[in-house]
Amino acid sequence: MSVLDSKIPEGPIKDKWTNHKNNIKLVNPANKRQIDVIVVGTGLAGGSACATLAELGYNVKAFCYQDSPRRAHSIAAQGGINAAKNYQGDGDSTYRLFYDTVKGGDYRSREANVYRLAEVSTNIIDQCVAQGVPFARDYGGLLDNRSFGGVQVSRTFYAKGQTGQQLLLGCYSAMSRQIGKGKIKMYNRHEMVDIVKIDGKARGIIARNLITGEIERHSAHAVVIASGGYGNVFFLSTNAMGSNVSASWKIHKKGAFFANPCFTQIHPTCIPQHGDQQSKLTLMSESLRNDGRIWVPAKKEDAEAIRAGKLKPTDIAEADRDYYLERRYPSFGNLVPRDVASRAAKERSDAGYGVGTNESGEAVYLDFSSAIMRYGQEQANIHGVYDANDAKIRELGEAVVEEKYGNLFQMYEKITADNPYKTPMKIYPAVHYTMGGVWVDYNLMTTIEGCYAIGEANFSDHGANRLGASALMQGLADGYFVLPYTIGDYLADDIRTGAIPTDSPEFDEAEKAVKDQIDFFINNKGSKSVDHFHKRLGKVMWNKVGMARNATGLKEAIEEIKQIRAEFWKDVKVPGTADSMNPELEKAGRVADFLELGELFARDALLREESCGGHFREEHSTAEGEALRDDINFTYAAAWEFKGEPSEAEVHKEGLTYENIELKTRSYK
Amino acid sequence: MSTANGLNLTLKVWRQKNNKDKGKLESYQVTDISPDSSFLEMMDILNEQLIDEGQDPVAFDHDCREGICGTCSMYINGEAHGPGRGITTCQLHMREFKNGDTIYIEPWRAKAFPVLKDLVVDRSGFDRIMAAGGFISVNTSGNTQDANNIPIPKLEADKAFDAATCIGCGACVASCKNASAMLFVSAKVSQFALLPQGRPEAAERVQNMVKQMDEEGFGNCSNTGACEVECPKGISLENIARMNREYLSASFKAEEA
Repeated sequence: MSVLDSKIPEGPIKDKWTNHKNNIKLVNPANKRQIDVIVVGTGLAGGSACATLAELGYNVKAFCYQDSPRRAHSIAAQGGINAAKNYQGDGDSTYRLFYDTVKGGDYRSREANVYRLAEVSTNIIDQCVAQGVPFARDYGGLLDNRSFGGVQVSRTFYAKGQTGQQLLLGCYSAMSRQIGKGKIKMYNRHEMVDIVKIDGKARGIIARNLITGEIERHSAHAVVIASGGYGNVFFLSTNAMGSNVSASWKIHKKGAFFANPCFTQIHPTCIPQHGDQQSKLTLMSESLRNDGRIWVPAKKEDAEAIRAGKLKPTDIAEADRDYYLERRYPSFGNLVPRDVASRAAKERSDAGYGVGTNESGEAVYLDFSSAIMRYGQEQANIHGVYDANDAKIRELGEAVVEEKYGNLFQMYEKITADNPYKTPMKIYPAVHYTMGGVWVDYNLMTTIEGCYAIGEANFSDHGANRLGASALMQGLADGYFVLPYTIGDYLADDIRTGAIPTDSPEFDEAEKAVKDQIDFFINNKGSKSVDHFHKRLGKVMWNKVGMARNATGLKEAIEEIKQIRAEFWKDVKVPGTADSMNPELEKAGRVADFLELGELFARDALLREESCGGHFREEHSTAEGEALRDDINFTYAAAWEFKGEPSEAEVHKEGLTYENIELKTRSYK
Repeated sequence: MSTANGLNLTLKVWRQKNNKDKGKLESYQVTDISPDSSFLEMMDILNEQLIDEGQDPVAFDHDCREGICGTCSMYINGEAHGPGRGITTCQLHMREFKNGDTIYIEPWRAKAFPVLKDLVVDRSGFDRIMAAGGFISVNTSGNTQDANNIPIPKLEADKAFDAATCIGCGACVASCKNASAMLFVSAKVSQFALLPQGRPEAAERVQNMVKQMDEEGFGNCSNTGACEVECPKGISLENIARMNREYLSASFKAEEA
């Protein structure tokens, strides 16, 4: 038997969560006051967990590296949040959301977890409305919905293109209420730099105060990691500049298994890279694919002329455009899942039809002209303007599009100096989200006792590919409605433990290791900046461990990453001092972890001799370029155990069983 | 190597070691900046250059770099978030500048936002105002009524949304001659005041938030409107008017009680 115990409750899938909640241990309110919980990260998962745990009565210590919990990168999520409310009466149900998520994840997620997610999804919407989250509404005053990729119903709730912001501010408000009461002690501008284990249990963390540089000890009865994903291992991604893997990696090095690192989502609609000075990539929400049509010129010479600046997209006649997603996937069209849309964009660009006028030449069009005219006509009808000319219809249509996506269009125009109402947007795939992460059981506990991982930081719900508008759902489900129950089952045994002292040898040792590493960085006086190494790592990851992977490239990547890591430890230059605000020192610690993760990531991709979801192995594809999954050999989650070096990490396999959904080839045709 | 349209610029950057240091403007040269680069990418280039030269890089706050987290906070050529309307510093692009320009880069200036280092300031006063009342007192148990039980007129919902888009960057405070936080506070007060869910504790909320705002040392509002002009999210002055009405009616209620 595998060392992994997923602790999935017995019984039919629709009863598992209810039965589990009925059977797990509780902590009475008086005892909760004796228990401390550390939460690292204050995005949707961490923020909602902090608020709920504090409301329940636990003493919460929350940590974020930002200057305020409100700035966690969940804030940047644009499009929306899924919930099986079936307000549209279009046949949605808990089962359908469950089915779509498992299928969208290419059958590499755990059924029981996904079902629970679908089950609690409706509570999230009720909760958020009660908190004052201003979701979009229709003229009857009820909540509006839209569609996202990989599904055939409208179940996505949204607040213009700022849904993540509104949900996070909802969490932040709930947190603020508890901070005001003193139930949450908030540590802003603090970074967790290690976990402390006592007798095998997570009992605290070492944190660095990012203002003073002070190294602090914080103890608790349980530690919750909610620090997000690791997309920044690619250097360029849609993540925030500070997003990092360190909290997850530190617990990995102390015993938490890291699962499916190679499952990384490359989002199809991002603003293409402008050049070498680029520091990050900007997403254009998937919601735009509701109304935008993706195309490239059908003729290579037109694409060449566009790249050379001799033709404009609006010069290309309708008949000379190739709406390749509509052509290849007629039933889902522009709303195929992200992995499919990304690979199709790469395929067209690689074949010479890309329209990027930047240095890379890689881009495709996302065109709103049809939608503008369609909405304009509808508005003309509504307002009885029966003799409207094209210009009037366009004007009316642009107003509708502005209402729906105004902030995204503005964001696009600011970055590119192009007006997307008048000319198609140029887009290209970019690293966005990581489905892989810390392995957790059904209770969201890692393989370290008392250490939990929630939200993007864990691996559990999205399999090999996440559907749009499901990250917000998962973050809030974990934080508001799952962890607060399951953590009680563990903490019930700790009611007599009392406060955990921080003067133990375990804390001494962890703190010393942290200080030694910081001293090393400050005293190394190498010749190259942290970013130098980070950019090199990113290039290897993008070129060899990116949208399409093969064994030769992955083996090369592993060697190259080792090489960069060795050079980093020899030659990195960190200016400034340890005992002051020092952003370069912060980056150095994070990049050190990315340099280890990158290698494990490539090893995981090499091990998985199949194509599934965001993981595409060129050796395993059909003649048409579609992914070829291997269910016989790879229907498992790969959970890696740290053994000293990434090259020595040992893989454990959690077999995935599908009892409620038939395992079959994903088709969006 | 210089490219045809690369920009060469003189930067006058505020350098201050820590909260106790007096601080001063230092002059730096950067060359061959791509007009397509963002302002913060230009700052990255400056920092790489400083690291190369063995100098301390400039500390500045930034994170999402797509105009939504509210972290970046520079005062550029005398304007919060620099030239251009409706943007944060990370959305400011170098094409807005000309070759040979001199650019002044300073931190937010307000008593309630002390400088921590260089361009980084402490905005935790905003968090404390939020903790004083910036919420609806509903537990996150999920056992609330169905989300569609209370229809909310679209117009009201949209207004609440517009107020809720505040990113808490502090540009309003930095732009105000009195360093007032009224736009920030009124945006949150308005969002909840406009929604039926926020009405039950509307009076308490506005009083508690305003009280905390005053204690933090933010100044008064004199209706100059600089905050609205510089706000990257276009938060309207109407919110301040609404907050004043809410505050006034709350004080009458308090007298009745």
